[in-house]
Amino acid sequence: MKRQRVFAIFLRQMFRIRRSWGRILGIFYWSSLELFLWGVLTMYLNRVGASDINFLAIILGALIFWNFLIRIQHGITISFLEDIWTRNLLNLFASPLSLREYLGGILLTSMFEMVLALSFMSLLAWALFAYNILQVGLLIIPFAAILFVFGFALGISTTALILRLGPSAEILAWSIPALLFPLSSVVYPLSALPPPLQYIASILPTTYVFEGMRSAAIEGSFDFGRLVIAFALSLIFLLLSYAFLKKVYRYVLRRGLFTRFATD
Amino acid sequence: MATTKPVILQVENLYKAYGGVRAVDGISFSIRRGEILGLLGPNGAGKTTTIDMILGILEPTSGAVQVFGKDIIDHREEILSKTNFAASYAWLPGNLLVWQNLFIFALLYGVSSPRSRINELLKEFDLEQFAESKTGFLSSGEQSRLQLAKSLLNYPELLLLDEPTASLDPSVASMIRDRIKRYSREENAAILWTSHSMHEIESVCDRVLFISRGKILLEGDPRILPRQHGKKDLEELFIAVAREPLSLISS
Repeated sequence: MKRQRVFAIFLRQMFRIRRSWGRILGIFYWSSLELFLWGVLTMYLNRVGASDINFLAIILGALIFWNFLIRIQHGITISFLEDIWTRNLLNLFASPLSLREYLGGILLTSMFEMVLALSFMSLLAWALFAYNILQVGLLIIPFAAILFVFGFALGISTTALILRLGPSAEILAWSIPALLFPLSSVVYPLSALPPPLQYIASILPTTYVFEGMRSAAIEGSFDFGRLVIAFALSLIFLLLSYAFLKKVYRYVLRRGLFTRFATD
Repeated sequence: MATTKPVILQVENLYKAYGGVRAVDGISFSIRRGEILGLLGPNGAGKTTTIDMILGILEPTSGAVQVFGKDIIDHREEILSKTNFAASYAWLPGNLLVWQNLFIFALLYGVSSPRSRINELLKEFDLEQFAESKTGFLSSGEQSRLQLAKSLLNYPELLLLDEPTASLDPSVASMIRDRIKRYSREENAAILWTSHSMHEIESVCDRVLFISRGKILLEGDPRILPRQHGKKDLEELFIAVAREPLSLISS
């Protein structure tokens, strides 16, 4: 794995972002809109709801963490889609670039976009709703680590699916996280889900993170055993998604899909 | 001319099938250092499929591709850092500036002094005035020149050119042909060149392979081959290969 090639992929995405106001705006737009919407709702709940529950910590904090995950997933998938839209995959994979180097480059891109979006979102939450994300305390580290690994896994598996099904499946980049949002118990407890969906939710690391956040905010306690389960689950998802991507990559090589992506 | 020079590319019994369709049907050939080999054939003959397998972006059903004496599947990174390609269907991203595209690929190919190499190539391919232009705003001819510039970034020892002059006007196409011939001579590089211009093949290639329905039908010097098969010129021979490949084999 050559760092220079990883950097080349990162730089390619930076050149793309730097020259496009639409893309720069895209990093901040949806996150800010969501924050504003949920922030206003949270303020309303705080006004009419039970006085001993701080909805800001429960909902707004969770939303910022959810966006952390989404930024990683989107950063990876959109960077990959960009290479499909510009028909660049053929040029890239006919060079010495390896699949791991390519992944490394788009992961760096997604981390860069995530830092920009999250910093802006956190500042906005503080300025508009007086909510400080750092009040989560040291738990921010394991929560972020779990969401980072799972976001990376999601980005890889979405990329693999698009690679396997072709550019027409690009809608998956947006629909997969949208499907996971209600299942991950981001803004309500796991018990609020219908029982069959609770089983599905319990295999998602995100559920443990958001349940944990609520538990810490409402009860002031946290089960570290569940954190370990969440981290183990996110690692399993990462390994499975990488194995899936490698399998799809072999399929692409067998079917000659890089050339087809360039000519379709 | 180049028979004593070492073999750079060795293709052995290469076969690629999609379901029941044989895109490439057991072809074997080699290219030596400093040699320009023309790959000719009608649309769908298997030329691009062959190039894709040499580049390692398409897995053969069977057979082997050896570059610099090593298998492309096992030594992909090492081989591809000394190989490059340009194809009429592989445009560089239109939303990047010309110099940015070249810089990215210079990094990918591990070019040691990327800026000076890029300036050199921009000058050689008459693209200096477009260095700060968005690639997508270039004409198709200018984009073809940019692709060729990209293909020479890493001083490739093996260069694969799939219809490199397809969208160029005759004057620029002639300049490109001279430039590539000079490159092959100066760097002693092996070049595989596909084209539908018979005049181009005659003027550039040392040797030519006629391929049809995935099989190599003829091989030889493009200036002698037509007469050997009772044809007036290479174009007439090409038409015969395209229309009646079987009769040509039997003759």
